[in-house]
Amino acid sequence: MERSNLADSDIGAVEVHGMTRASFILRGAVATGATLGAGAVAPYVSNAFAASGGGDVDILNFALTLEYLETNFYTVKAKSVNLSGEAKALAAMFGDEEAQHVAALTKAVQASGGTPAKQPSFTFPATDQASFLKLAYTLENVGVGAYNGAGPSLQNKQLLAAAGSIVQVEARHAAAIGLLAGQPVTPDGAFDKPLTKAQVLKAAGPLIKA
Amino acid sequence: MSDPSATPSVPDQSVVKRLARDDVERKKFLRMAGKTMGAGVAASGLAAFIAACGGSSSSSGTPATPSTGTGTTAATGGGDLGIVNYALTLEYLEAQFYDKVIASGLFSGSTLATLKTFRAEEHQHVQALAKVAGSLGQAAAQPKGKFPIKNAAQVTKLAATVENVGAAAYLGQAPNIKSPQILAAALAIHTVEARHAATLNTALKLSPTPDGAFGKPMTMAQVLAIVKPFIAS
Repeated sequence: MERSNLADSDIGAVEVHGMTRASFILRGAVATGATLGAGAVAPYVSNAFAASGGGDVDILNFALTLEYLETNFYTVKAKSVNLSGEAKALAAMFGDEEAQHVAALTKAVQASGGTPAKQPSFTFPATDQASFLKLAYTLENVGVGAYNGAGPSLQNKQLLAAAGSIVQVEARHAAAIGLLAGQPVTPDGAFDKPLTKAQVLKAAGPLIKA
Repeated sequence: MSDPSATPSVPDQSVVKRLARDDVERKKFLRMAGKTMGAGVAASGLAAFIAACGGSSSSSGTPATPSTGTGTTAATGGGDLGIVNYALTLEYLEAQFYDKVIASGLFSGSTLATLKTFRAEEHQHVQALAKVAGSLGQAAAQPKGKFPIKNAAQVTKLAATVENVGAAAYLGQAPNIKSPQILAAALAIHTVEARHAATLNTALKLSPTPDGAFGKPMTMAQVLAIVKPFIAS
């Protein structure tokens, strides 16, 4: 694989197998890292993200914290509330996808020269399937708002491509959960509202214990 | 600047309205440029796509710098304007599609209600993007779509295709958008298309996340290849 400077946005916008280079490399990084270890993956990932500034690292770490939250919610909390049927199946699938977001964002922060945020511990107010789905709906929609709010501030366009590919999945999650929970699949109507960091912290902060 | 024709349901704080206000000077310049180049008729349908791609359907996802040869390309085809007109053309097609679907009488109850919601949202996308395009230069004219409407299952499948492609189209262009305001608007629409796609996938008992953990972007060329059969002119 060539080691051209992927910080150049023209190259970054070029499609590789139908994906932007950033998402292609993120996918490859996640997959390869699993088999060969982070050392084999780091050079390719660092080329993709070398040009991002300190501002981008803060945004990535903010997203990473949210992804830790969602992963914990779907993989740990889900086991304590006795899910069944479609809810159980979606929690398993979404938990796996959020975990992939954690891995990708962790690598992105490292490649940008930053220190990845540590996984916090969480507390989720849900006791049964209904309250679990209600909270899942809130969390996914907050995630969409967080990424859409932060996206225009990302300086590195490859990181924006990666964030876009992640937020699309969060929106899909939100809709699927909405269908199960009897909630609107488009709660903001035609335009999803971007959220400020303060708004996201107001919604998600209480769930973060440490 | 208040707009009496604005749809009441679009929130005042919408990124789209802020965007239209911020580009007054640019709009004036582009109007002048368009007049100089004799841009009379806005490109529509296929022409708008091809203009946005910089004149070649095999180009990469990055729109080419507008040539000064054809007023149409310069007025409707370059940079952010090209991307907005590309999105506008797709939204016109989606809105027309849903209009046809609802008129077909194939759906009822909650399914029909959902389709009506999606139809209203696509029409709002059209209105918003047309306004943004108009503030930058010339909005692409409405294309004439043609969609096969045979039975409920076939239509649902086609709707899922349209929405999934729509989401991929926005994802493909987001990194190319220069203006932060236009990017914000594109992101706000992108995730709504994704919600539509996930809903329709679920109705078809398909995965809401067919690409897995990371949505796949599509280039303009890839999108054009898929939607071309649905554009009559």
